[in-house]
Amino acid sequence: MSAGSQRFGRYALNGAAGLSLGFILLPLIFVTWLAFFRQEIPSFPPEGYSLKWFAGAANNKPFIDGFMLSLQVAVASTLIGLLLGVPASLALVRHRIPLGGGVSTLLLLPLVMPGIVLGTATYVFQIEVEIATQLPVMGSLGGLIAAHTLVVIPWVVRLVTASLVGFDRSIEEAAQNLGAGPVTTFWRVTLPSIRPGIVAAALFGFVTSFGNLEMSLFLVGPGRTTLPIAILQYLEWKIDPTVAAASLIQIVLICVAMIVTDRYVKLSRVV
Amino acid sequence: MARLSISHLKKTYGALTVVDDVDITIADGEFLVLLGPSGCGKTTTLRMIAGFIAPTSGAITIGEQDVTNLPPWKRHCGLVFQSYALFPHMTVAQNVAFGLEMHKVPQAERGPRVAEALRLVRLGGFDERYPRQLSGGQQQRVALARALAMEPQVLLLDEPLSNLDAKLRLEVRIEIRELQQKLGLTTIMVTHDQEEALTMADRLVVMEKGQVRQIGTQRELYEKPADRFVAGFIGRSAFVEGQVTGQGRFRTAGGLDIACTAAAASGPATLALRPERIAVGGEAEGLPNRFQARIEHASYLGAQLDVQVALNEQDRMLLQIPNKVGLAEPHVGESITIGWAESAGLVYPQGA
Repeated sequence: MSAGSQRFGRYALNGAAGLSLGFILLPLIFVTWLAFFRQEIPSFPPEGYSLKWFAGAANNKPFIDGFMLSLQVAVASTLIGLLLGVPASLALVRHRIPLGGGVSTLLLLPLVMPGIVLGTATYVFQIEVEIATQLPVMGSLGGLIAAHTLVVIPWVVRLVTASLVGFDRSIEEAAQNLGAGPVTTFWRVTLPSIRPGIVAAALFGFVTSFGNLEMSLFLVGPGRTTLPIAILQYLEWKIDPTVAAASLIQIVLICVAMIVTDRYVKLSRVV
Repeated sequence: MARLSISHLKKTYGALTVVDDVDITIADGEFLVLLGPSGCGKTTTLRMIAGFIAPTSGAITIGEQDVTNLPPWKRHCGLVFQSYALFPHMTVAQNVAFGLEMHKVPQAERGPRVAEALRLVRLGGFDERYPRQLSGGQQQRVALARALAMEPQVLLLDEPLSNLDAKLRLEVRIEIRELQQKLGLTTIMVTHDQEEALTMADRLVVMEKGQVRQIGTQRELYEKPADRFVAGFIGRSAFVEGQVTGQGRFRTAGGLDIACTAAAASGPATLALRPERIAVGGEAEGLPNRFQARIEHASYLGAQLDVQVALNEQDRMLLQIPNKVGLAEPHVGESITIGWAESAGLVYPQGA
C-alpha cells in the first residue's frame, strides 16, 4: 500500500470515529447546555444563563422522592442480583449442570427482551401472584425490586462468567494444599480473583436499574414513582430546563461512579 | 519430614484404569521421581497423594498416619504446581504466609518464617512484589518457598521445571536438589523429562499405562531394565526380534545365532542392546558375538556418531561411535565388523 492511500485510510477512520462519537455525545452536550438556559421555553440562541433550574430540580418533591426510591430499588436489586448471579455463574462455569446452555441463555434473556415486553409480562405475573396468594404484590416496593433484580442478573452472569472462564483453578487447589478448607478458599482466593467482574457487574446492574423506565412504568404504585418516571410525568406538563438539570445531575453521578470504580478495577479489562 | 507409603493404589474412571496397583515406599528424606510418558498415570498418582483425586482403592500413609480419606487441606504435603498457581492478588510475602496463617501459626512467628523461606530460595527483598512483577523463574521459587514455609511432611513437585527456559532449567534442577538434601525433604517429583529425572533423583519409578514398570536407582534402571519398555525408555536400545533356542542362546529373525547371558525360557523373545556397548572394527576382535554389517544411516552428532546397520534383511542395530581422533568416517553402504560381549545383550520374552 502506498503512503498516500495509507494516510487517506487513517483520515477516513478518524473521521468515521469522530462522527460516531459526535452522534453519541451531541444529545448529552445539548442537555448540559440546556440546563443552564435562563428562559423557560428552550429556544436558540439562549437569552442568558442561570443556575435556577438546578435549584428547581433539587427542590422538586417528586424528583427527590423519585431519586430516593430509584436509589433504594437500584441498591437492593443490585445486591440481590449479585447474591443470585454469582453462585449461578459459578455453577454454570464449574459444573456440568443439566441443560446448562439453556439456563445460561435464560439468565441472559432479560438483557435482549424489549423493556415493554418485560414490563407487561412482569405486570401480568404479579397480578396473578397477587390473586393466587392474596398478598399485596402489585405496586409494592418488593415487587419493583424483584422486577429490577431480573434486569440486573444478566449483567452479573455475563461479567462474572467472563472472569471465571479465564480463572486458573490450580490456585484454588494451591490454597487447599496450604491448609485452607473450601469456604476459606472461596473467600480468600476465588472471590478476590473474580472481584473485577463483580465490581463491574454491580456498577452496570446499578445503572441499568437506576435508569429503567419502560418496565417500571407497569409496576409502580400510587405515590411511588422512580426518578425516570417522575421526569417523564414532569415533561407531560412542562418543558422548562428543570428536566435537563435533573438529567445532568444524574449523568454527573454516574460518571463519578464509573471513574471511582475504574480506579479499583480497569473497566476496559472486564467489559 | 516423614516416610510415605503407597500401597495397591488404584484409580479407575468407568472402564478406564489410569493408575493400576501402584506400590511404592519412599524413605524419609528420599528424592523419588515418577517418570513416564504422558498419560502413564504419574500425575494422577501425585494428585492422589495430595488429596485432589480420591483413589478407587488402596492406601496412602504419610509417617504413621493413613491419609487416604483425608481432604487436601489436612494432609501437610507441600505441592509445587506446574503453573506455580501463585495467588495473583497477594504479594510474595502474603503468598508465602498463606500456609502459615491456615495452620494457625502465631502472627509473631510468621514474619521470620516467611523471610527464612524466601532466603532459602534466594528471593530475599522480593516480599512486597506481586507475582505478575516476577519472571517465570522467580515465580517458580516463590511457589517453592510457599510450599516449604509450612514445613510439609512431604514435598510434591508436579513438572516444576517444564515452564522454564532450557538454561534456567539446568540451574534450578541443581538448586532444588541441593535444597532438598540440605533440608532432608522427603520429595516426590513427577516429570516426563528423562535427563531431569536422572540428574535429580535418589531413586526413580518408571510408569507406563498406569503401572509401575520398575523402581530403582539410575544405574539399576540403565544396566538392568526390568522389561522391554524400560530398556527403551531409559537411555536407548536397539531391539532385535527372535527366539530363545536354549540356555544363553538366541536366534534372530534373520537367522543369526547370538550368545547371551539371559536365562529366559525358550520361545519368542526380544534382544535389547545398548548402542554404546557394541564395538566396531578392531575393537570387536575376540568378542563372542561378531558379525559383518552394512551401514544404512550415519548421523554426525559432534561428540558421537549414530549409525544404523543391517546385519541381514531383518536384523538391524544402532551403534554409537565416540568421535575419537583419527576416526574413519563411516559411509552409507560400507561394510563394517561389529561385536559385543555376552553380557551386553538383555533378552526379554515376548510380551514383557
